[in-house]
Amino acid sequence: MRKYYDEITRIAGNVVTVKATNVGYDELAIIDTTRGPSLAQVIRLEADEVSLQVFAGTQGVSTGDKIRFLGQAMQVPFTDDLLGRVFNGSGEPRDNRPAVSADTVDIGSPAVNPVRRRMPDTMIDTGIPMIDVFNSLVESQKLPIFSVAGEPYNELLARVGLQAEADIIILGGMGLRHDDYLKFRDTFEEGGVLGRSIMFIHTAADPVVECLLVPDLCLAVGEQFALQGKKVLVLLTDMTAFADALKEIAITMEQIPSNRGYPGDLYTQLARRYEKAVDFDEAGSMTLLAVTTMPGDDVTHPVPDNTGYITEGQFYLRNGRIEPFGSLSRLKQQVNGKTRDDHRAIMDGCLQLYATCRETREKRDMGFEMSEWDDKLIKYGDLFEEKIMDLTVNVPLFDALDLCWEILADCFEPVETGIRRSILEKHWPKELKDE
Amino acid sequence: MIGTIQAVFGNMVVAESDETIVQNSVGYCCRADGAKLLSEVIRVRGKKIDLQVFEETRGLKVGDEVEFDTNMLSVKLGPGLIGQIYDGLQNPLPQLADKIGYFLEAGNYLPGLDLERKWDFTPTAAVGDTVSAGDCLGTVPETMFTHKIMAPFNLSGKYTIASIIAAGSYTVAEQIATLTNEAGDEVAVTMQQDWPVKRPLAVCKKRLLPTEPLCTRVRIVDSMFPIVKGGTYCIPGPFGAGKTVLQHVTSRNAEVDIVIIAACGERAGEVVETIREFPELIDPRTGRTLMERTIIIANTSAMPVAAREASVYTGVTLAEYYRQMGLNVLMLADSTSRWAQAMRELSGRLEEIPGEEAFPAYLESRIASFYERAGCLELNDGTTASVTIGGTVSPAGGNFEEPVTQGTLKVVGAFHGLSYARSYARRYPAIDPLESWSKYPGIIDPAKVEAVRSVLRRGNEVKQMMTVVGEEGTPLEDFLTMLKAELFDNCYLQQYAFDDIDGNSSPERQTFVFDKILSVLELDIQCDDKASGRDIVLKLQDELRTWNYTEFESDKYTAQLAKIDALIAPHSS
Ligand SMILES: Nc1ncnc2c1ncn2[C@@H]1O[C@H](COP(=O)(O)OP(=O)(O)OP(=O)(O)O)[C@@H](O)[C@H]1O
Ligand SMILES: [Mg+2]
Repeated sequence: MRKYYDEITRIAGNVVTVKATNVGYDELAIIDTTRGPSLAQVIRLEADEVSLQVFAGTQGVSTGDKIRFLGQAMQVPFTDDLLGRVFNGSGEPRDNRPAVSADTVDIGSPAVNPVRRRMPDTMIDTGIPMIDVFNSLVESQKLPIFSVAGEPYNELLARVGLQAEADIIILGGMGLRHDDYLKFRDTFEEGGVLGRSIMFIHTAADPVVECLLVPDLCLAVGEQFALQGKKVLVLLTDMTAFADALKEIAITMEQIPSNRGYPGDLYTQLARRYEKAVDFDEAGSMTLLAVTTMPGDDVTHPVPDNTGYITEGQFYLRNGRIEPFGSLSRLKQQVNGKTRDDHRAIMDGCLQLYATCRETREKRDMGFEMSEWDDKLIKYGDLFEEKIMDLTVNVPLFDALDLCWEILADCFEPVETGIRRSILEKHWPKELKDE
Repeated sequence: MIGTIQAVFGNMVVAESDETIVQNSVGYCCRADGAKLLSEVIRVRGKKIDLQVFEETRGLKVGDEVEFDTNMLSVKLGPGLIGQIYDGLQNPLPQLADKIGYFLEAGNYLPGLDLERKWDFTPTAAVGDTVSAGDCLGTVPETMFTHKIMAPFNLSGKYTIASIIAAGSYTVAEQIATLTNEAGDEVAVTMQQDWPVKRPLAVCKKRLLPTEPLCTRVRIVDSMFPIVKGGTYCIPGPFGAGKTVLQHVTSRNAEVDIVIIAACGERAGEVVETIREFPELIDPRTGRTLMERTIIIANTSAMPVAAREASVYTGVTLAEYYRQMGLNVLMLADSTSRWAQAMRELSGRLEEIPGEEAFPAYLESRIASFYERAGCLELNDGTTASVTIGGTVSPAGGNFEEPVTQGTLKVVGAFHGLSYARSYARRYPAIDPLESWSKYPGIIDPAKVEAVRSVLRRGNEVKQMMTVVGEEGTPLEDFLTMLKAELFDNCYLQQYAFDDIDGNSSPERQTFVFDKILSVLELDIQCDDKASGRDIVLKLQDELRTWNYTEFESDKYTAQLAKIDALIAPHSS
């Protein structure tokens, strides 16, 4: 029999303080409230006072409630039976199916020893040319999608989930609109990947801090599959909701905020999650793609800013497209040298021309006269946006490269592309004239 | 000495003890399952002892025991440090992996030096010799270095060698000498000794003003904003601006004996790259692998925060140790902001009065005393040796007006500020040539550097103006100045880090190329209009860039130079 504690001395924000002894730091507790049991975690021990962060919020918690401690930190069952299932932010089923019973694993495991990590070297094909050709995603990479409300970031995430050839797909929703959750589910179902996916969903209707455990649950399960040799893809949306929940707790605990109300350890908290992305030496890997909405479209806001300092590059999703400038996969050079000999040349060449095209458009908009060369650039830019940048485009890498060549040949003379002669000779889709 | 835990909050523990407690000494928080978590005493208030725990505190309970030690947080110094990969507390990571597998479970510690390995010791002192702290007693070969075994650094006064072991193979734990003094104290000496990481180690005749350039082979650094052996510098910049890449190329090419890389609160992946690459890369200057001159301290962002703070001190202590042997050591810390943040987290838990952006009031003095540990020394045996420190700074929002950047700028000798605009435009290394500075002498005559800087400044002004008045409204002369500034940027300041030739420019090459390009900047370009002026400058720019990719003093290099000279000729009066 576990002991109950009922001397609650403080209820404030999402934190409850109770007099109790023999409690471990980080341990879980259940508060039996009139609304039913509510999960909480120890965030401070001081003499016989234990402060608990209540995931569902303290609304309705009364000083008459009883609390019991579980004697362990948060755990999650780990078994293949998780596949195809949907859970909430506390790890309970939200798909009207019975709870999963299996051996459990701790969430928030220690850091991986760097000497047991491999150098990432495998490209993940997504079928999205703006990723595959221009900023290749690499197995074990951690990459955020910086975006703003209204952009199709969840659609993008779902597409990557469908098309990346991952063994296991884990979706973590934080503050997710219920409709968006349904869309994810339907997309995965139609795409036939539901059977190898697991979802931990916290919706906008749920108490804010309940999303705090979502990344840890996803990553703990993902890590176990990776240790079994699986290629795991974790998709998180939206990490800004997670950071905001951290902020709420910090404020309740009267911590001194460092920047716009966010706690001083925001970097550490985010890094501990993102750094779970890993390529294990002699086992599998875990890749992490996470949406970060930027409040006020401001990349210097503490959440995107700290994220950028942690991740291996970033994708900017603007106007329904992945921005070619500013977006960067820092690991791309590990893989794009060994796909096809024209990959890097196309990557550099097409982007340079597109940059020049944007300058030309500016000139046009200011009323300057357009030269023949300007016209070519404008034509190129339009084609490039329509056939390559558009998010609905779905082609494998080599086809995407061929498509780029076609567009180039449609608009330019070979020399105008600035691409090396030797590459042109091999790949230019039309007959090459001798200079 | 024993205490009991009263409170746990994040990585801070408050214990109560009736016994004598030494500030900054080590303690172990004993978890119910038997794990002992390394901690450091950071504040004493009556019977209340505040400790920072270097591990996750998960599972600690009120009432758990704390064992106190009188020693301060220390590292082991001796042969076998070079080539090692340590965490922030000097636990050897490869050995930990062998012992406990993939994860760094709390409470596992291993000795910093291999206790089994034997080293070939040759005594250099004899029985009856008088020695004091830091004097050489013998040597062992370590990679390509002659590792000096020195009398303990904490000796005070003169000692006499009562016994010293004959040449032979010994472990670091075996006694190799006995020292005695007049008071009759006896000191047993082994090849390893402890040193507290937060205490500077500098046994010397005197500190020297650092003046000898430390060549990094990065052109913009060596020529424009030089660093010196024994100096300090910082690299602030927004995320993705190229701080880590710049430190990485420096760690490969820097003309020093030993490089210590402290990865402090940054990505594990970046450390893995170094760990995998360095044992394979041959340093052309020594013919040995880079790993044989490198020590890696990896306390990445997912590892416990308090150990992050310790890691920079661990790194600099190892640097100081090799300095005592007469070597030139470069210590690179990426990123000092993470270290400052660790201080901030702790200060918050201690409920200290916060300063700007919640950093503690002592932030600046901590930064200052850390960089003070760099320096050029004249050792007691007359040799000169140095520790150089370079730290990256990761300012929030990329804005340099923040406490860590500002605190650092006050104490360092050179500032390599990375700009977002330059990195966005892929102008690498993205060191801003107009904002950065160095107080140190370099390899290029300062008058020439100033000449170039004035062209860069003027060129920038013209560029700004052109956005308003357009090309038409710009006088020809200004336009040419702008083109020349661009040429210098393109052909000299920018350098492709990943190219074997361009990425690695020797001082001889730099002085020669600098002169050549300066002569181009001083040309009176003969042209009729802007279009022809642009053609002339762009042509030169193109050839100069090609020149950068030819091997120094090779046939191609000479041929390319001739081509450039031919282009210059019509314009030189
Ligand atoms: N000198 C360079 N040459 C070529 N590319 C570079 C150079 N410096 C940086 N880059 C590019 O910029 C990317 C980011 O560089 P780096 O990792 O050094 O940034 P950082 O300033 O350390 O960022 P963070 O603060 O996030 O750690 C690299 O992956 C590389 O693609
Ligand atoms: Mg970096």
